[in-house]
Amino acid sequence: MRWRRHTNQIIGFLVLLPSMALVGVFVYSFIGRTLYASLTDWGQDPAQALALNPITRFIGLDNYRQLFTGVIDARFRQDLVSTVFFTAFFLAGCLLVGLLLAILIDHKPRGEGFFRGVFLFPFALSFVVTGTIWRWLLQPGGGVNQLPTMVGLPAGSFAWLTSKQQVWRFDWNALPAMLAWAAALSLAALALSALRSRRRGRAAAAAAGAVLAAGWALLAGPAAAPLPFPELHGFNLAFVGIVVAAVWQMAGYTMALYLAGLSGVPEEIREAAVVEGASEWQLYTRVILPLLAPITLSAMIVLGHISLKIFDLVFAMAGPDNAYTDVPALLMYITTFRGNQFAKGAAIGVILLLLVAVIVVPYLRSQLKEGVHE
Amino acid sequence: MRLRGAFVVSAVVAAILAAPSARAQEKLEIFSWWAGDEGPALQALIDKYSALYPNIQAINSTVTGGSGVNARAVLKTRMLGGDPPDSFQVHAGQELIATWVVAGRMEDLSGLFKSEGWTAKFPPGLISLLSTKSGTWSVPVNIHRSNVMWYVPARLREWGVSPPKTWDEFLATCETLKGKGVKSPLALGENWTQNHLWESVALGVLGPDDWSALWSGKLKFTDPKVVKAWETFGKVLACSNPDASGLSWQQAVDRMLKGDAAFNVMGDWAAGYMATTLKLVPGEGFGYAPSPSTSGVFMMLSDSFGLPKGAKHREAALKWLKLLGSKEGQDIFNPLKGSIAARLDSDLGKYNAYLQSAAKDWKSNKIVGSLVHGAVAPEAFGSQFGTVMEIYLAGKNAKAAASAAQAIADQVRLGR
Repeated sequence: MRWRRHTNQIIGFLVLLPSMALVGVFVYSFIGRTLYASLTDWGQDPAQALALNPITRFIGLDNYRQLFTGVIDARFRQDLVSTVFFTAFFLAGCLLVGLLLAILIDHKPRGEGFFRGVFLFPFALSFVVTGTIWRWLLQPGGGVNQLPTMVGLPAGSFAWLTSKQQVWRFDWNALPAMLAWAAALSLAALALSALRSRRRGRAAAAAAGAVLAAGWALLAGPAAAPLPFPELHGFNLAFVGIVVAAVWQMAGYTMALYLAGLSGVPEEIREAAVVEGASEWQLYTRVILPLLAPITLSAMIVLGHISLKIFDLVFAMAGPDNAYTDVPALLMYITTFRGNQFAKGAAIGVILLLLVAVIVVPYLRSQLKEGVHE
Repeated sequence: MRLRGAFVVSAVVAAILAAPSARAQEKLEIFSWWAGDEGPALQALIDKYSALYPNIQAINSTVTGGSGVNARAVLKTRMLGGDPPDSFQVHAGQELIATWVVAGRMEDLSGLFKSEGWTAKFPPGLISLLSTKSGTWSVPVNIHRSNVMWYVPARLREWGVSPPKTWDEFLATCETLKGKGVKSPLALGENWTQNHLWESVALGVLGPDDWSALWSGKLKFTDPKVVKAWETFGKVLACSNPDASGLSWQQAVDRMLKGDAAFNVMGDWAAGYMATTLKLVPGEGFGYAPSPSTSGVFMMLSDSFGLPKGAKHREAALKWLKLLGSKEGQDIFNPLKGSIAARLDSDLGKYNAYLQSAAKDWKSNKIVGSLVHGAVAPEAFGSQFGTVMEIYLAGKNAKAAASAAQAIADQVRLGR
């Protein structure tokens, strides 16, 4: 019987081999090559940038240092800040709207199937189509701004995509201290929860880390300024329109995820809650939402990596040259294919990959672990 | 059975379609971004080429997208992948030289310029923009002018002002017009048109010699003269409409034509838009003058074609270049495109009134190259100039913008 198991393994391996080879070459070796390119000076010397066999020098992390602390790469830093804000609002918008729609449809209104289709439909469009439609709707002189005139109110005056307003501004130099405070706070929270579940050792370690981070933020934080002058970044209001369009497109998808989750909540549990005297509000907040937590998590992962990589929607809505709606993926394209700064473009690509990995890898690991338990 | 019939039909159709290409001995692939309004002009040239050389099949590979933003990205991946087109469109000057010539990817065409006698047919200022010490690199097809100010003559008479000759006069006229209820006397459009305005202001403030010195690296961006150009630009900007970044260049021209604004600074493709699309008569429906402080200077940009090393059909490409540089080729293309010929001996009878006046200036004026349209600055600089503009607009700080521009110039080794 043993030889049989053996052949099974060999066949399994042979079946997997082609896709392993293809993924190995076309995904991982290209990631490796991009990583290497980002550590060179490819593009700094125009004579080598587009030569048939470019001669490049290894310069270590210099491209990354420039991106985070160089004078002329302020645009990259603003893009990074914009992406964080965009991701936060996009996630919140999709989850809220999606959940609301799912609950509405879960009440089985008349024409349930019709509305389900209507809400899901935007998800079937490409981002380029969505972007083009919303660009028209959000013209300062037309579309959305004209809506109030239909009920006799004055037309809106917000400039949407062409707005140059920025709110919640902060100095880039304050960022190290801010990050340290954030680390201190989350470690403190960790310590508290460990204390509650009576894991003394873990609580002590987390508390020590929190004190250390807070101390660093207080003492060394102000001195750790990456730039020689203050540089303000913040949330560009031009992104409001892009968030609206992106939520319009992806809320239906979130709704579909939640609907699947809602249909998985056993009827007995709902009945039991109602028998116990729970109100509708309590039923959702105390019973159903906690049961939907895994759905919320996977929706956040899927939406989060979409928003970090977003390119086509912004390209179609505002074009690549509108600095107020710029995102790192667009800047990577412009830096590489217009500016011929291949190494710096690769560095932006690697930073994007790391950001997405921070979101996706822990999720994949937890999913794999669950798979093993089953 | 029906399915089989369809197969037979499609096989026959395919055979018919394939027949000419099977007969043609040679091919020529022309890579450009000319589509839409500019498509017919290119097609006329290709038709002429096919008539001259019937046994060469000309393939028109167009990648659409204004001023070649997409085409250039496609071209780069093709060149890096070792698959160059036989001849490709590129803005004459540094857009070609600093990207492709320094990388050793182009063939020197100075032999072709000599054998065709072009060195005497094109103005020397143009040839020096096309050349480096080691050769001449592309054949210019057309010429556009960047430093033009547009207005409506009847409106100016109504307001009682005349087209300003200098930027100081412009600022005074701006105040007069504001007093007469014209809120924003200068119509301005989206980001790149602001850069376009900057180059007219900077050329006016610096003059042609210092402008050229800026791009050869002899004059620093941090020099007080250049800082003054930013300061003047700031004052000019105060005369423009606040909603500029939402308008295309055509919409900005429309503002000027409707009388919401008095002036617009734009390249002379605007004349094509007003004369051909809007059917206005040059000189009556719209008027034109060199942008303030730049009379006697022609800031040019030009589309040109070069010959990449390793082109698969080199002989066919050389014939194409010969047609492009010929008097006949230039006079077929330019009246349709709405530009003037780069040659000095073109047949002016084929051109409209504006183009005739531009051709006259082309022959007599001092020639300098445009920044925004790729003539004097490498792509790496041009693509980052937008960042400099953002820095200026954010704080209206001329010195900060000047030092950022110098930092980028150092990074891309401008003038070296």
